[in-house]
Amino acid sequence: MSSKTSVTLVSMVTADPSAPLLRVTDLLKHFPGAKALDGVDFDVRAGEVHCLLGQNGAGKSTLIKVLAGAHQPDSGRIHWQDREVTIGSPTKALELGIATMYQELDVVDGLTVAENIYLGHELSRGGLLRHTEARSRTQELLRRLGHPEIRAGQDVGSLSAAGKQIVSMARALSHDAQVIVMDEPSAVLDPEEVDKLFDVVHSLTAEGLAVIYISHRLEEIRRIGDRITVLKDGRTVASGLAVAETPTPDLIELMTGRRVESDYGGAGVEEFGEVKLAVDGLALPGVFADVSFEVRAGQILGLAGLVGAGRSEILETLYGARRPAAGTVTVGGRRLRTGSVPHAVRHGIGLAPEERKSQGLLLDEPVYRNITLSTFGRFARGGFLDEGAERRAAEEQIGALHLAPADPERPIRTLSGGNQQKAMLGRWLVHGCDVLLLDEPTRGVDVGARAEIYALIRRLARQGTAVVIVSSEIDEVLGLSDQVLVVAEGAVVHTGPADQIDEHGVLDLVMEGTAHE
Amino acid sequence: MSEQAPHSTDPGVEAASPDPSAAPPAAGGRRRRGLGGGLGRSLGLVVALLLICVVGAVTGGDRFLDVDNVMTIVRAAAVIGVVSIGMTFVITAGGIDLSVGSVLGLASVWATTLATQAMAGDVHWVVMVFTAVAVGTAAGLVNGIVVSYGRVVSFIATFAMLIAARGLAEIISGRGTQLVTDPGFEAFFNGSLLGVPTIVWMFLVVAVLGWVLLNRTTFGRRTVAVGGNAEAARLAGINTRRHTVYVFALSGFTAGLAAVMMLGRTGAGSSTNGSLYELDAIAAVVVGGTLLIGGRGTIVGTVLGVLIFQTLTNVFVLNNLSTSVQALVQGAIIVIAVLLQQRFVSRARST
Repeated sequence: MSSKTSVTLVSMVTADPSAPLLRVTDLLKHFPGAKALDGVDFDVRAGEVHCLLGQNGAGKSTLIKVLAGAHQPDSGRIHWQDREVTIGSPTKALELGIATMYQELDVVDGLTVAENIYLGHELSRGGLLRHTEARSRTQELLRRLGHPEIRAGQDVGSLSAAGKQIVSMARALSHDAQVIVMDEPSAVLDPEEVDKLFDVVHSLTAEGLAVIYISHRLEEIRRIGDRITVLKDGRTVASGLAVAETPTPDLIELMTGRRVESDYGGAGVEEFGEVKLAVDGLALPGVFADVSFEVRAGQILGLAGLVGAGRSEILETLYGARRPAAGTVTVGGRRLRTGSVPHAVRHGIGLAPEERKSQGLLLDEPVYRNITLSTFGRFARGGFLDEGAERRAAEEQIGALHLAPADPERPIRTLSGGNQQKAMLGRWLVHGCDVLLLDEPTRGVDVGARAEIYALIRRLARQGTAVVIVSSEIDEVLGLSDQVLVVAEGAVVHTGPADQIDEHGVLDLVMEGTAHE
Repeated sequence: MSEQAPHSTDPGVEAASPDPSAAPPAAGGRRRRGLGGGLGRSLGLVVALLLICVVGAVTGGDRFLDVDNVMTIVRAAAVIGVVSIGMTFVITAGGIDLSVGSVLGLASVWATTLATQAMAGDVHWVVMVFTAVAVGTAAGLVNGIVVSYGRVVSFIATFAMLIAARGLAEIISGRGTQLVTDPGFEAFFNGSLLGVPTIVWMFLVVAVLGWVLLNRTTFGRRTVAVGGNAEAARLAGINTRRHTVYVFALSGFTAGLAAVMMLGRTGAGSSTNGSLYELDAIAAVVVGGTLLIGGRGTIVGTVLGVLIFQTLTNVFVLNNLSTSVQALVQGAIIVIAVLLQQRFVSRARST
């Protein structure tokens, strides 16, 4: 039923292709102390993928919330199908046909797929829920999205992040949405899943729907986008750029206001030092087996592979956060007791975890206490903290890392992703690690700050740290590492110098490893 | 959920982050978080306490302002206050300890059995103190071990202890009242120093030590870290399990100490001692401004919270109002205090 209505609406819209589906003019939104939107203009046409680009804090999230009816703009106009509208509430947005998929997927784990999709607009008759009807319509929507393998009666909690995204998309379709806003949908997906997502997006736009796509990853925008709008400091700096005709350096310059060379921090070390970290026969049942490698002083080792291949688990295990069934970890010639983080930290290993906010930071605590979280014991005598010394050590890192704002007292929650990541690295700089494990070091970090983090990692290596990196962005692993380990299905399928393999090579190895099972 | 603005997407925060130079510098209040921050946050509590005192003075007159009456208030506050200091640590660490009341009861019974008192008679009444504190700490250790190594949520683990400790206390005492026979114990804990009851001094000392422990030591820092983000604390190299055990042991310790004070005040050990103290303690801690989800705790706030409730009780008693009305008002105060706190927190986040 829903597909029918949208088809008729679509044909109505596509009758006049020049008229945009959605047009936003001079949108302003101020929050106390900050201008979140300071003049945003753009328009979305039926059947296109319109990309919104901008660094963290450029105003993308606020703009999305205005379109979703969660925030009211202070001024400015929104036209929907050439009619001026006010999006007074999330319900109103859905009624118009604007659905939003948030970055933190807003699905309820304890409910079934069908219950999630009809959450808030349950199908009922005389106050009784119509389960069967909801399930059959759900299955229809899932089929339309090319994912019939997801069952309507299944618990959403049992789905992967990619599956949850599909549910979120099906929910948008159940509202007969004509514009779907996707906020960094690829952030939680691995390359293969991203491909599937793009197939779905293509099929939606082929039906005449419009997609507003937000992502940090410029290469994705190249693949999927039709037009681009760039935001900077709450303002539209460029709108309706055709993707095919806009070179990447231009986009970066628009976003950051300066030209950033997308390099990985210069040359590596010519000669590596002694072996700092040796992992031998490490195994975690059901996750990975027989993982062995060595990292020398000054060397950067990259772990490439799909999400779920066991990369993060390898890092966590050698860090002591998980207890391996077999294998040894040796740091600087000393064999570590496995399964103990305090022990690993004492022996000079540091980890910047994958989920910075949930695994790395005390968000409401000040920056300096986050930087000294692993080392505050050093600034204590008999258990009593010398906060002056602690703060000085943190301030030294804040200066060296160019943390902005350079205020040690500010709650770390208020810093951008890039600065939070720098603070995580600062934590291990205070500690003085021999071995640094970085899981997705640039996730949620914008383009400008990325280059700084790459340079920092390089510098640490040059100073003799052994670095292990995990990243879902294969070009990042290849660009940054000296040596690459390709992991598939919990097994190391390839080890070799990073400059002797390219992205396709890695993907082939991954697919092969996965096929072998 | 009442939290309309999820942390990471808080509009003000997002907007403020890109251009640090334009954002206001961290508020001065932040800078004072060490010493004055607690006091600053607690200003509202001081005002509330003063208001209650004004009401007491107006309605009760001299009877309220009388030195003896003030001593009655602080004596009553002392026992629950010591329990609340321990509770502050548990809640700051992200847990809850429902067993403090019955652990207090158990400790008071164990310290007044014939055997213990006989030994105290032979050696010194310090034996009774030691017994009560040891029983409390042991019960706390059990709580901590079940919570951190058994991975039982603290609500359930300490709820079980609540029931079990009360049962054990009944078995030991045979549901009877065990009078304190040692005159030295009575003289010391029911006595006073410089005109102030001993147990009030004890509360003061525990509060000061608690403040130092929470704000000035690695123990306190670990407590805040574990409560703020246990996974982040663990991955930073903090032994979070061991620390959790310590925190619950501390709460058991303060419950044991409170049992000693209770024995001093009432002169008898009974399995009903400390009934429902867990609720009074939690109320005081939460009203004081410690976050129930953990990660932020204030000893000054807890002390004020305890005083607010005890003063309120006193005012009600002086005015011959029923305990039912009192309970009603207490409930309202808890809700109002938490509502005000939420406003405070969201404002602090958006600036």
